[in-house]
Amino acid sequence: MGIIDIVTLAISLILKGDSSVLTIVGLSLTVSISAVLLATVIGLPIGALVALTRFPGRAAVVLLLNAAMGLPPVVVGLALYLLLSRAGPLGEFGLLFTPTAMVFAQAVLVLPIIAALGRQTVADLWVEYGDLLHSFGNGPLASAPTLLWDARYSLATAVLAGFGRAIAEVGAVMIVGGNIAGVTRTMTTTIALETSKGNLALAMALGTILMGLSILVNGGVQLISSIAGRKQA
Amino acid sequence: MNAIDSPQSQRLILEDVGFTINGQVLLSAIDLELAGHGCTVILGPNGAGKSLLLRICHGLLAPTSGSVRWNGASPSKALLRRQAMVFQRPVLLRRSALSNIAYPLKLAGVGREERRFRATEALKRFGLAEVASRPARVLSGGEQQRLALARAWVVRPDILFLDEPTASLDPAASYQVELAIRAFLDAGVKVVLVTHDLAQARRLGDEMIFMFRGQIRERASAADFFAIPKTSEARAFLGGDLIW
Repeated sequence: MGIIDIVTLAISLILKGDSSVLTIVGLSLTVSISAVLLATVIGLPIGALVALTRFPGRAAVVLLLNAAMGLPPVVVGLALYLLLSRAGPLGEFGLLFTPTAMVFAQAVLVLPIIAALGRQTVADLWVEYGDLLHSFGNGPLASAPTLLWDARYSLATAVLAGFGRAIAEVGAVMIVGGNIAGVTRTMTTTIALETSKGNLALAMALGTILMGLSILVNGGVQLISSIAGRKQA
Repeated sequence: MNAIDSPQSQRLILEDVGFTINGQVLLSAIDLELAGHGCTVILGPNGAGKSLLLRICHGLLAPTSGSVRWNGASPSKALLRRQAMVFQRPVLLRRSALSNIAYPLKLAGVGREERRFRATEALKRFGLAEVASRPARVLSGGEQQRLALARAWVVRPDILFLDEPTASLDPAASYQVELAIRAFLDAGVKVVLVTHDLAQARRLGDEMIFMFRGQIRERASAADFFAIPKTSEARAFLGGDLIW
């Protein structure tokens, strides 16, 4: 099967509006976008806080944040599985094998990326702005909103990098979602499943859609940096 | 600038101020009183501690010994907002020229309408009305420095600290910046200017403070300082000899 056939199949799957494919793509996007929003809301303040405050053990926190950018998805999935399974500490909420559990798993994976890159961005900007903001009578913490706002283009790049990680990972959502057809089946878990079943055409078609999304995301990053270049010089 | 906002005279007193970092003494035995109006120029060769002294006066840095008092009080946020500082390389926010000027007003709790009005007025005064909506960081070096001065102007400070504001500008841009500094002086703002440009010191200064190796070696009116410098280092510095 040539590349043309695969792309044709991918396009026809989308154009036909194949409901199971649309469900899968829709769920993937919903889960990953929710996870990235959650991770951004929590991660950016954490990044800014670590960048702008001095406390004992700060160097260790920075090290952990940076290291956590490479958290293995299956390990995160396993940890969350243990937490959410019926006998686990959060078992009573019945979240295991739901899209909500998948959102949490991806948020855990994405949060360190957004927090660590956000910390670096805010810290760099503070080096530049510090004297001026101090001169206006504002300390580091009071300046956090200004720094986050002025760094918004760089921070958007960090957020999109997080989205790239979320949409592409398979291990965590597979474990906590359970890959249940129509409920918790995403593009990546479908590809893994269909490949193991020998249904390579569908797997490759979905892979093509995933790649297309990835290109779109990266296009978004480039667009943002070029806008930033023009607006901020 | 109306009467209510006309600058108040602030009395700044430094007593036996020193600044030591990693065993290196950068400032020592600084006794200094600044008050009233006019332009005080801090002169001296590189590494004399001029910029450091300016930062300590403004309250960006605390001295490692001695005391800094403003009207008898320790430096505070409220006091900082009665002062302004412009740096050698202007620090401009990643926003439009107008927003840069409105920013300190926002911090001071000024309402949106008045912010806009005062910021626009300041832009006009410093000849920047045409670039109001341009991103601040694409302006030319001279425009950027005037923008920084306009941003200092808008908070109506009692005292303005200038750290080599024209060091990286060409003569035409420097001239524009000096005109802007004069606007502050004419409005009754106390200006403390660090420079090693002797011609500029002559043009702007009412009194001179000469620093050498982390100490104040001489303080005199501009006329006296340039006519009869008292210390040999000041004589050498004025004569264009290399001292360090």
